[in-house]
Amino acid sequence: MKKILDFKLLTNELLNQDTYLLGLECTEEMPDIKPGQFVNVKIDNSPETFLRRPISIHDVDYENNILYLFVKMLGDGTRKLQEAKYGDIVNIILPLGNTFNLNYSKNPILIGGGCGVAPMLYLAKDILNKTGNKPTVLIGARSNNDLLRISEYEKYANVFFTTEDGSAGEKGYPTQHSVFDTESFDFIYCCGPDPMMQAVAKLAKDKNIECEVSLENMMACGIGACLCCVQDTKEGHKCVCTDGPVFNINDLKW
Amino acid sequence: MVDLSISLNNGLNLKNPVLTASGTFGYGEEFADFIDLSRLGGFVVKGTTIAHREGNPYPRMAETPSGMLNAVGLQNKGVDYFINEIYPRIKDVDSNILVNVSGSTIEDYVATAEKVNELDNIPGIELNISCPNVKEGGMAFGTSCESAAAVIKEVRKVYNKHLMVKLSPNVTDIAGIAMAAEAEGADSVSLINTLMGMAVDAETQKPLLSTVTGGLSGACVKPVALRMVWQVFNAVKIPVVGLGGIMNATDAIEFILAGASAIQIGTANFIDPAVTVKVVDGIEEYMKRHGVSSVSDLVGALKVK
Repeated sequence: MKKILDFKLLTNELLNQDTYLLGLECTEEMPDIKPGQFVNVKIDNSPETFLRRPISIHDVDYENNILYLFVKMLGDGTRKLQEAKYGDIVNIILPLGNTFNLNYSKNPILIGGGCGVAPMLYLAKDILNKTGNKPTVLIGARSNNDLLRISEYEKYANVFFTTEDGSAGEKGYPTQHSVFDTESFDFIYCCGPDPMMQAVAKLAKDKNIECEVSLENMMACGIGACLCCVQDTKEGHKCVCTDGPVFNINDLKW
Repeated sequence: MVDLSISLNNGLNLKNPVLTASGTFGYGEEFADFIDLSRLGGFVVKGTTIAHREGNPYPRMAETPSGMLNAVGLQNKGVDYFINEIYPRIKDVDSNILVNVSGSTIEDYVATAEKVNELDNIPGIELNISCPNVKEGGMAFGTSCESAAAVIKEVRKVYNKHLMVKLSPNVTDIAGIAMAAEAEGADSVSLINTLMGMAVDAETQKPLLSTVTGGLSGACVKPVALRMVWQVFNAVKIPVVGLGGIMNATDAIEFILAGASAIQIGTANFIDPAVTVKVVDGIEEYMKRHGVSSVSDLVGALKVK
């Protein structure tokens, strides 16, 4: 069941020049959240920001009732949210959207590009908890400076990375990483910029690996009412907020 | 005790003046996690056409100062889908469900209205002659008295329950269109639909919407909507349903004072899916505070002098 809840800001950590991590304590019982779902955050004090901001779920700490959001500053709304202080109330609608395929395969790989790595932590954690096996996480970033919270991912996954400038990991894009030559994956979960996801989708089709991507079209409502965030699929326009954000690449026109 | 109920003619009796605006409230079900739908005076389900429509390509939304533009283009699966799949799921909600009827030709409007007329638990339709986001029909019908009259006249022949006509603000004289609707037998008019607008990205030098232009809604349109409700209220005898930028109960009261017998909440549902019941409670609180026993006493009670 979707809820509108107030969260109390506990931590707000700037991770690099434009990315931050929010730790938000739920003022009521935390709803059950599945990997791949997202939240819609109300932004205060930003005259430019009229609508909520959809943000993927980075992690959930049920024991301490804390939701973690990994946010990239893109406009005034996400900048104002970064200015929130300890104790500030943040109003959030959650959980929204469908989930990643939770029938975990034997050897999945989770590919995150840019701030698209955000939902992969909670997914990796769930995979390890449910299967007892660490999945592979492959992170694509511009440079070393954009590789964030790597030690967290390493708790739950075998982590590899690529950087565009070669400052860490292998130089290039995730689809060029050598792990695809040495390992045989049976499922790809992917989130990142569209060109990256389309390249991953092509690789998945070439290697005949099932693949899901998490899309992030612009939304107004987040609950399937406004029909603004549609993705053109083989079955016509579908709402990214309710039919997605996770889509199997076979359903897309890519 | 204050009386929030209001009658809008021809069998449409509301337990309170709060309705939702078409295209912002899905089929109501999308909001069932957040509110008790039976607390609403009614809700207007999304624009329904005779045949399936895919709507416009993405991107079809752009955020603007205190508002948003949309160019959804009446995406819906057609009236038969509504009748067979949606109606059975929502028909027993203890509220008034109105169907927003759209079309490209007069024949389309008539055929859709005729089908909806058969649904026992739908006490009225909102005839959408004001959608700015479709190439044919839509707003074209609502921008002249003659074309508005032509479509309302034909729909009136086949639709005998409450006929609400949704007016476009993209006209020079909205009161004239409202009078034409009244003359052809409309039971009420609702206004305003979205204002035509556009948004440009200076860096990419491209429009933000796939259709270039779209419909503006949200808090920013309220002054225009209030002015038009006032003008129409002073021009017609049938009830006026006011909408456009209502974000809270105070906004709703302003519309009622300006002449709205009922109001619709639209874009605000996107930001707070529970806003509608807060507006119902807020109107009641206002009436108690001002010693108003019946909401009908507030309709058009604006003290101009």
